[in-house]
Parts: sequence; C-alpha cells; structure tokens
Amino acid sequence: MKRIIVNEKWCLGCRLCEYNCAFANSGSIGTTPLDMAKALKDIVINPRIKIEEKDDICFAVSCRHCKEPLCVKSCITGALTRVDGVIRINKEKCVECHTCVLVCPYGAIMPSDEGVMQKCELCVQNTGGEPFCVKGCPNKAIEFKELGGDSV
Amino acid sequence: MKYVIIGNSAAAIGCIEGIRSVDSQGSITVISKETQHTYSRPLISYLLLGKTDSERMKYRSDNFYEENNCTVMFGTEVTKISPDKKEVLLDNGKSVKYDKLLVATGSNPFVPPIEGVSTAKSVHTFMSLDDALALEKDLTPDSRVIILGGGLIGLKCAEGILKSVKKITVIDMADRILPSILDSEGSSIIQKHLESKGIEFLLGNSISKVDGQRAILKSGDIIEFDSLVIAVGVRANTALVAEAGGTVNRGIYTDLSCKTSLHDIYSAGDCSESYDITIGQPRVLALLPNAYMQGEVAGVNMAGGDMLYDHAIPMNAIGFFGLHVISAGSYEGECYTVAEGNNYKKLFYNDNNLFGYILIGEVARAGIYTALIREKTPLDSIDFELIKDKPQLMAFTKKDRAALLIKEALPDNWQ
Amino acid sequence: MSIDFIYPEYEIARNKDRCINCRVCEKQCANEVHKYHADLKMMQADDLKCVNCQRCVSLCPTRALKIVKTDNTYKENAHWKGRTMSEIYLQAGSGGVLLSSMGNPVDYPIYWDKILINASQVTNPSIDPLREPMETRTFLGQRPNKIERDKDGNIVNNMAPQLELSTPIMFSAMSYGSISYNAHESLARAATELGIYYNTGEGGLHEDFYKYGANTIVQVASGRFGVHKDYLNAGAAVEIKMGQGAKPGIGGHLPGAKIVGDVSRTRMIPEGSDAISPAPHHDIYSIEDLHQLVMSLKEATNYTKPVIVKIAAVHNVAAIASGIARSGADIISLDGFRGGTGAAPTRIRDNVGIPIELALASVDKRLRDEGIRNNVSLVVGGSVRSSADVVKAIALGADAVYVATSALLALGCHLCRSCHGGKCNWGIATQRADLVKRLNPEIGYKRLVNLVEAWTHEIKEMMGGMGINSIEALKGNRLMLRGVGLNEKELEILGIYHAGQ
Repeated sequence: MKRIIVNEKWCLGCRLCEYNCAFANSGSIGTTPLDMAKALKDIVINPRIKIEEKDDICFAVSCRHCKEPLCVKSCITGALTRVDGVIRINKEKCVECHTCVLVCPYGAIMPSDEGVMQKCELCVQNTGGEPFCVKGCPNKAIEFKELGGDSV
Repeated sequence: MKYVIIGNSAAAIGCIEGIRSVDSQGSITVISKETQHTYSRPLISYLLLGKTDSERMKYRSDNFYEENNCTVMFGTEVTKISPDKKEVLLDNGKSVKYDKLLVATGSNPFVPPIEGVSTAKSVHTFMSLDDALALEKDLTPDSRVIILGGGLIGLKCAEGILKSVKKITVIDMADRILPSILDSEGSSIIQKHLESKGIEFLLGNSISKVDGQRAILKSGDIIEFDSLVIAVGVRANTALVAEAGGTVNRGIYTDLSCKTSLHDIYSAGDCSESYDITIGQPRVLALLPNAYMQGEVAGVNMAGGDMLYDHAIPMNAIGFFGLHVISAGSYEGECYTVAEGNNYKKLFYNDNNLFGYILIGEVARAGIYTALIREKTPLDSIDFELIKDKPQLMAFTKKDRAALLIKEALPDNWQ
Repeated sequence: MSIDFIYPEYEIARNKDRCINCRVCEKQCANEVHKYHADLKMMQADDLKCVNCQRCVSLCPTRALKIVKTDNTYKENAHWKGRTMSEIYLQAGSGGVLLSSMGNPVDYPIYWDKILINASQVTNPSIDPLREPMETRTFLGQRPNKIERDKDGNIVNNMAPQLELSTPIMFSAMSYGSISYNAHESLARAATELGIYYNTGEGGLHEDFYKYGANTIVQVASGRFGVHKDYLNAGAAVEIKMGQGAKPGIGGHLPGAKIVGDVSRTRMIPEGSDAISPAPHHDIYSIEDLHQLVMSLKEATNYTKPVIVKIAAVHNVAAIASGIARSGADIISLDGFRGGTGAAPTRIRDNVGIPIELALASVDKRLRDEGIRNNVSLVVGGSVRSSADVVKAIALGADAVYVATSALLALGCHLCRSCHGGKCNWGIATQRADLVKRLNPEIGYKRLVNLVEAWTHEIKEMMGGMGINSIEALKGNRLMLRGVGLNEKELEILGIYHAGQ
C-alpha cells in the first residue's frame, strides 16, 4: 500500500499542501497555476490536510488511512468505508453526526463547506495519481511511499 | 463452521465482517426480527428530518449479505437457545443448529406504566424504523407532541419532527436534559439552544395520568397533545441468554473476547455489557460504534481469531440544529473548564490521565481527546497545557509525533 | 526619505488576478518583504527589503509573482553608472567597507565564451559515446618520472597517492558555517554517489560527515579552524588554502553570531567568537615554508594522501605555481577571480585577480616548459558554468575542475548575492534552523548528482565529436580550441589559434 508519510523535519509550514488540497478538491478542471488561481480566488479554503504550527515546529496532518479505522467502525451510516486501503466517505450517506470526529485519533475528519464531513481520500477521485499535497510539497515533507503490507 | 447471528444491526454486521476477516468459508445465518435490510437505528431521527431516506439509511450496501455469503431469515424471532444441543428455536417452530452463536438482540424501549395511557391515540416509542414511520404518519403541521424523556433519543426525536409539527413539549423527571452525557452547565446550554428553536421543556415533572389526549402532570398542570412519544430509556434484551442459563446483569455479561458465560455463545451490542476502562467495571455501552466493535471482536473470535475488546469507553457525538456535542469517558477528577457562549469545554483528569471530556460547539478534532482516554496516555508524556488549549498532535513529543505521522514506525495493528 | 535613500533595485510585480492570498510568499521570505494586509484583504510587498532571491516567485502556487528591475534611474553616464553612484551614497552614509557575496560581477572578458571547440569531419572520425567506451575517469596526483625496478628486475610501485574521479569535476571548498549543514550533507552524499570529491573548506568537518571521508577533501587554511589529526586523516586528500579567487590577498571573517552550536564545535573555537582567517599563513613566507607544511601534513597522514595547494589566480601565478610544483605538493588548485564567496570586500572582489582561463594556460605552459608538469595535477575553479567550460579547461591543460557556484545553483541558489546577510531563503548560506530546513538533502543531493551526470554526458558528446575517447587524451590538447574575437596577445597566452586558422 502506498501511504502518506509526513516528516516534520522538512516541513516548512508554507501551507502549500493546504492550498493544493483545496485546489484538488475544488471541483475545478485543470492542474495549472492559472486553474488554481481561478479555483481559489477570494475563497477561504477548507482543506482536508492541515498544518499544525508552534514556534519552529510544523507538520501536516491528514487522514492516515488506518488499518483498523475507528472512523469506519464507528460510522453510524456506513458512509465511511475502506476500499483498497483508502478510507472513502460517501457524502450522500453522511448525516454530519460527527461520530468520526469523536473517534479519529488524528483529528483528520472535519465538516466540509456543504456540511457533511470531508477527509483526505488520497486524491483518488481527483487525479487518480499522486495526491496534490505530495505533488506540491516543495521540500518532500509529505511523501507518498510504497510501504508494503495489506492492500485491502 | 456454522455461525448463527441473532440480530441484524450494527453488532451483527460487525460480527459478519469480523468472521469474514478470518474465515471466508463458514456458513453464516442471520436471524432478524425485523423485515428490513440492515439499517442504522440512530438515523431514524435524521429520516424524519429529511436528511436521509430509506435507501441511504441502509447500514450496508444492498449486496452486503450476498458478498459476505450470509443467509438471512427476515421477520423471524428466536424463542429459545439450547446451549447443550447447540441450536436455537424459532417462532415458526423450526430450529437452527450453530457451532458459534452471536446474541445481538439489542434493546427495547422501556415503557413505564402510566395510568390511562391506553385511552390516548398516537402513543409511540422511538427506537426502530417502524416506530419512526408510525410516528411520522400521525404527525400534521398542527400536531402538539409531548415527548416523555429528555435524553438522547427523546431530544433527537424532537429535532427530527420539530419542523413538521406545531408544538413540542419535553417532559422529564430529572431537573436537566441529557444527564447521561452532560454536566449541568452543558445541559443548560443545550436546553437554551433547543428552547430558542421552539421546544418547550417541563423538567422535574412527569405524567401521572393520561386521559384521552390530555396529560395530567405531577405538578397538576394539564397539557393537551396529539401525539405522545415515550423515550424514557431502554432495556437490554437479555431474556434469551438468561433463560439459557447465562450470566446477566444490566446486560448480558461478556468477557474481553465478547463471549458470554455460555460455551460458544457470544454477545455484542446494546444487549450486552462491555468492560468500561474509564471506571474499571462492566456496563452496557449502548452506542452504535461500540456495538459494531464488540460485534467485530466477537466475530473474529468466533472464527478462531484472536482479538480483544479492551478499549471500551463511553462516548457520544450528537448534535441539535447544527450545535454539536461530543463527549467521552467519565466525569470525575479535576476539571478544566472554558465556557463562551455556545462553546463549552470541560476536561476531567487527575492521576496523570484524562478521564473524560465534554465539548459543545467547537468540537473539531475531539478524537485526539478520545484517544488520550482510550489509550490511557500518561499526561506527563504530553504537553497538557497545549491539550487543554485545543486537541492537537503538537502536544505529543517529537518521537510520538513521528510514530503517529510516519506510519513505518507503527506496528501493524496500531489504531 | 532622506539623502540616504536608495531606490530599490528590484520591484515585486504581483498579478492581483492570480494572487489567492495564500501567504506562501510571506512565510517564505526571511527578509519580510511580503505582508498580508488584513483590512484590504490583499498581499503587499516592500521592495526595499527584496534581495531578488526568487524564493517567493518559485513557490507561488498561482504564478502571481515576478520580480522586475526597477525603471527608476539616476542620470547615469558611461563613467558614472548607477551602481557606482549608489555605492558612494552607501559609503558616505556608513563610512564602512562595502561587502558583497559570490563572484566578480563586473564586465571583464569571459574567455570561455571566446573559445570554440573542434569537431571531427571525414578524416578523423568522431566517436558515438552511446556505442563506444568513453573514459572520463581521472586521476589526480604526482606522476613518477621514471620506472623503477628492484634488484630482481620487478617494477616497483613508485606511484604517489592519487585521487580517483569518475568524472573530472569536484565540488570546491565551502565551509560549514558559510553554508549550512544540509548543504554540506547534500554535497557529501552527491560526491559519494558520483565517485568524486567535495571539500570541507576551512570550517572543519562535522562529526556526522566523517562517514563520507573517502569522498572528502579536508582543507587547512590560515585560521587552522577545525584542524586536528583525525580531521586530516578523515579525508581522501588535504588541501592547503593559500588564497581564494574571489578575494586574493584577503583573509576570511565569519562573524561570531554565526559561530554557534555545531559550527563552534566543528571549528574548535568558542561560541560567539569571530572566526578570523588571517590574510597569510603566519608560518609561510616562502616556498620552503610551504614545503614544510606540505611535508608536515604528509607526515601527519602517513604519506597516504595527496596534498593540494590552492592559490588565487594573480598576476605572477605561473611563477608561484612553479614554486608550488617543487614544494612536494601533489595537486595545484587555481582559483579564478570570478569564484564565489560568502562575503568579500566589494572592491577586492571586483578588482583583484585575473581570469582563470589565462592563469591556467600560462601555468600549464610554464610547468611543461620547466619539465615539472608531471610533478603536479592542475585543478581549476572559479567560474566553471557548464560542461563546455569543463572541456575547454581540460583542453587548456587542466586535469579537473572545481565547481561551487554551479553546485549551489543546483541546490536552489539564485545568485542574489546576499550570503553575507545570513538569511538565505534557500537554506544554503545560513545557520538559522528554520531556513536551513528548507534544503532537504534528499532533494539537494539528487539535484547535484543530476547536474554532474548531465555534464558528464555532455563532456562525452563533445569529446566524441572531437574523436577523443578519454579525458587523458583531451588534456592540454589546445589544438582542439580556437579563439574568437581575441587579440594576438590573448591567443599567445592561451596558446591557441584564432578561429579560421
């Protein structure tokens, strides 16, 4: 399974990951800087990856796609599922009960602008390739690495 | 291997998924009293609210049973368990043999004896899809509804029907609402919020008598109503196991592997007890997440795997009209409180552990608090001042953060 | 505004249609140029603080930024250029010596660009490096003048210790202190992967980097910072730094503020004390004195490591090199006047020294004329910008080249020439932890490897075109070069014909 690895040693707190995440999930078509400007102009972003920052420490937090996902087990609607190692959310089913917020040990699930919950889905629905946060990280603080292990 | 599951809700589904994670071959028979595809009970209030519908409230996809190779007997009730013959008797007179049995019979609404209640039309409980649909049928824009019980079920029901009715009056014997998950300050914030939406509360009161569509209260007041919803609590359905000779307290006794005191019989969900690590005692934790996780543990163990349900804690996420409440653990020890308008935070701790918390309004990342309770994280291993400020991974040491965020450092089964 | 005011040289042009107020520029600028104006809900920039390092331009996700030369101008003339006038205003205000970084920017001739490379046609077939073996391996060190045999007639190995390079390119000296830990790690790992060498400079060798010793050249400079027996023996060669092309005749000065933590420990001087490298080595006033130090270092390293003597290219460089070639040194390193530096007095940087191309040609010729060319290898640095420069240097007589500025560019440097400020936004010329972490060696080392591999491919292409299949055969092969736009004297010194001849 490919996994997101966050190494705070190299995190600059530049927040490009947050903006790239917002761009990837903005529903806009295209991947260029101009597309990004169009998608995010005059918007307060609500990304699925978030930087924690204090003094000179910073790091990005997004869904870890746990093998034993408490959110999936706890979801009262069955909106959260683990498919091919990626924890997905079915926004049609979600009723914003916040049980996933209650159990996620990373604090990586949050309400979307439409109300229902959102979380990192590794950009599987956006680009099919590398997650945007990884692609846009200027210092390899976020990497998408093959770590072996289960694929289910 | 022949697995039999009594029940078709979260615990049963957890059990099926638990079994199938270990054993893809054995036969699974689900015996369900209800006739519907597995659905999520807590969603019935959202159904009335219009936030979901009967399709979307299915707890698993339509082909779930097929994919997991299960036989389901809908509308069938188990009348008796015979542990010595390893079979269950059904209400249609037939019997089903099992090698491993899961009892996931859930709970039933407790309906207290109220004088004259049978003279009223439209008296409901609020537990199942059938209950919700029956209530919905009776409601009109002119309905005056009394909800007896200011707990989770009663108030979610109130939220669900408020926009469809004229008036809602919540009556509870206790002097505050949601006592099972909130302290008194928290209760009063939620009560005010609900009152601002138009729900009326009569607390420290109860219905002493019903006369047709009139409720005579303990205080002597008389309220007219069109529908009455009784939501004063639930009782675990323990009879099958008790009659078969199993140990039963408030719920069916289970050990950490979710096995009852009877051979090859497991139990999970609202009918059973689990070991609450925050108080060090077994208790019924009647919540969907717990039901699923108990069921999963039971399933894995029934199939010969090895899994313990040893992190059980009471916890709850609920919301009313956009104001969210998240709480977990037990409310004892020292307190740290921050209150500002509808935002309320209370942490309970001592002895180097976080025991419990209540968050209202600002609930973001609450799971970080929950994990501190569930993992019994020593507070001297984190920056507790940061944690008090807000849930954040920054409070952990650099090493612990690396373990959290660099997956390579984690053991396979880390949650 | 006052008499002191100097209009900023560069202006930040922000495309407001593209800016999304992500504030990445603000967070990335250590000079605090960018600022978010909350009331106006827009970014603003203070051009005055901008050093034009391009960090914000590079990281802006919507390509909303560019930096342009200001069109504000003095009433310049050929004699009184804007820069000249500004420098006078600065000095009139401060009374101080002007400081600059990196290489000489003045418009002196760049001889590399006036030399062209030959190629084979018809009579001497060119070689396709993709099909034929092409040797870029290079050995540096003294060559024996004769074959020795023992009493049984067997050949005695009388070869002096050598440095083996997979390609004739090395990273030249940059001290830990002037550049960051991560920059050093990048250089060390790249040198190791490439099979070449990097150079510690005069800041000592951080204990973490001893493991890269087989690909490290350790430097001994006039301040002798960080020099001890283990240090000398940690590297593959020892370099005595007599001078530096960017500031010949001048010592070094690393301010006490930068002597903190590991830098202090590695240099073996107290925290906060200024690291002053004297202009001369106080024990070297003659070739004989130099000989003593060369032999002392060989003694200390048990005669197992070649000793390099590095000098700046100055007027009488050929005579000096002749002396060094007789001092026992194995390798001479010549540093041209365009070589970089973390800090130098502007007047020195811009006015002292000579072009490396001329120095190299005259040194190589002088040593050959004196029959001592095999006593030493020649390494040249200070302005090598491309594989073509490398090929030209080798054809002029060099054994290998040193590159530093090009390596820094590979690491992200945009030649803003503000190293002396210590706030390098690319994490190179700084010791500020939050800036140093911007250079992830995992990225940096790979880029250095890419650069040197790319150059090596190009060197092979150019050699193949000339019908030459080894660096050894290219070395000093001046017939492969022709000058353009050069006068008789320049051609004579370079030892090449004019194009068309």
